[in-house]
Parts: sequence; C-alpha cells; structure tokens
Amino acid sequence: MIANGFDGSFLDWSIQIGTFTLLIGVIVVFIRIVRGPSLADRALALDVMLNLGIGLIVLTAIRTAYYAYLDVAIALVLVGFLATTAFARFIIYRRVSREADDA
Amino acid sequence: MLDILSGALVLFGAAFSLVAAVGVLRMPDLYVRMHAASKAGTLGLGSLLIAVAVHSGDTAVVTRALVAIFFLMLTAPIGAHLLARAAYVSGVPCWSGTRIDELAGRYKLNEPGVEGVDSPEPPEPPPALADAARSEG
Repeated sequence: MIANGFDGSFLDWSIQIGTFTLLIGVIVVFIRIVRGPSLADRALALDVMLNLGIGLIVLTAIRTAYYAYLDVAIALVLVGFLATTAFARFIIYRRVSREADDA
Repeated sequence: MLDILSGALVLFGAAFSLVAAVGVLRMPDLYVRMHAASKAGTLGLGSLLIAVAVHSGDTAVVTRALVAIFFLMLTAPIGAHLLARAAYVSGVPCWSGTRIDELAGRYKLNEPGVEGVDSPEPPEPPPALADAARSEG
C-alpha cells in the first residue's frame, strides 16, 4: 500500500492525475472511433483505446499493490495484437469501396 | 525516493498516452495517425509498466513488467505495419499534403488479387512459358 509522508502522497497524487489523464485520452479516442472515416481508422483508434485501458489497469496495480494485474496487462497486449492482425486481414480481404466505408 | 521516481514515471507515461490519443484525433491522415499512435502509445504504456517495476522492487514483478514491455515493443510495429499495408491496399487515401508516395502504382487498388493476397485465379505464366505452351499445343 501507499506509504505515509511526502513520497507516498506524491505517488498518490500522481496516480490520480494519471488516471484522469488516461480517461481524457479514452474520451478523445472515442471521438475518432465515431468519426471514422474508414474502418482502418476505427481499428487504429480501438487499438489506442485498448492501450489506454491497459494503462488504467497498470495504475490500478500500483494503487492497490496487487501485482497480479500485470498478468492481465500482458494478456491484453497480446490480445490487442491479435485483434489488430484480424482487422488487417479483414480489411485486406474485403472488397472495399470508399462509399461503403462510411456506413 | 522510489515512490517519487514511480510517480514521475506515472505522470510521464500518462502524458504520452494522452499525446497518442490527441494525435489519433487531430492528425489529418490514417498513416500520420498511425505514426502518432504506435510510437507515443508504446512510450507511454512502457513508462507506466516501468513505474510498476520501480514501485514494487520485487524480482517477479520486475520480470513480468519487462516481459510486458517486450511484448509491447514486439507487437506494436508489426500491428501498425499490417494495418497500414491493409489500409493502403484497400484504397484509403493519403492526405492532400503528402509529398512522396513511393508505393504509388505498385498495387492495383480496390481490386482483389493484390500482390501478397491469395488471388481467386492463378497468376498468368510469364510470356516465355506461354509462348512455349502455345507452340507445343
């Protein structure tokens, strides 16, 4: 747990600021997911949003000193790579017309 | 002292993650957005993982954080390259301010059977083989 004194309070403060910053990032990325314009943009924004979520998990690991969250972070990094690969294969195989991407 | 270092790394990593997110929103083009997302995102999340390692001071936790950083730095460039190539082949346009497009004309855009993708029909044989087959037949 977080120690008393200035060191601990600075860590506590920075974790709160960092959590708030990551949440702002999630909101910002969500705007890009809504606006598109292509499926690849949405896949990229989803990847960044997953990275921000992993960052929130890591901050929770520091705050609670429950380091098993790190295993979740490792698994999510690999799952994110798998999702990006699957999206790339889907995009490359799909017959694309730019108009259909707007849907 | 280690808590202060860990807190500074948390602030650094969260700031760079926010830079990646803002870059994804603000940049003009998919490929430029990908530039912002992969590099700044990797740096930000890597800093957060180093912060966990510094905060714990336990060998097992440090090892797991380093493994997570290793996987992150292994998969982020590969994923970005795959996605950029798929987007280019499927015809996502470049920004109007793009000066150099070295791949222009190398792919038949918006058509199936692009190089590197399994095409439904076998490719045509080279001209010499085709001539030989025609003379024999």
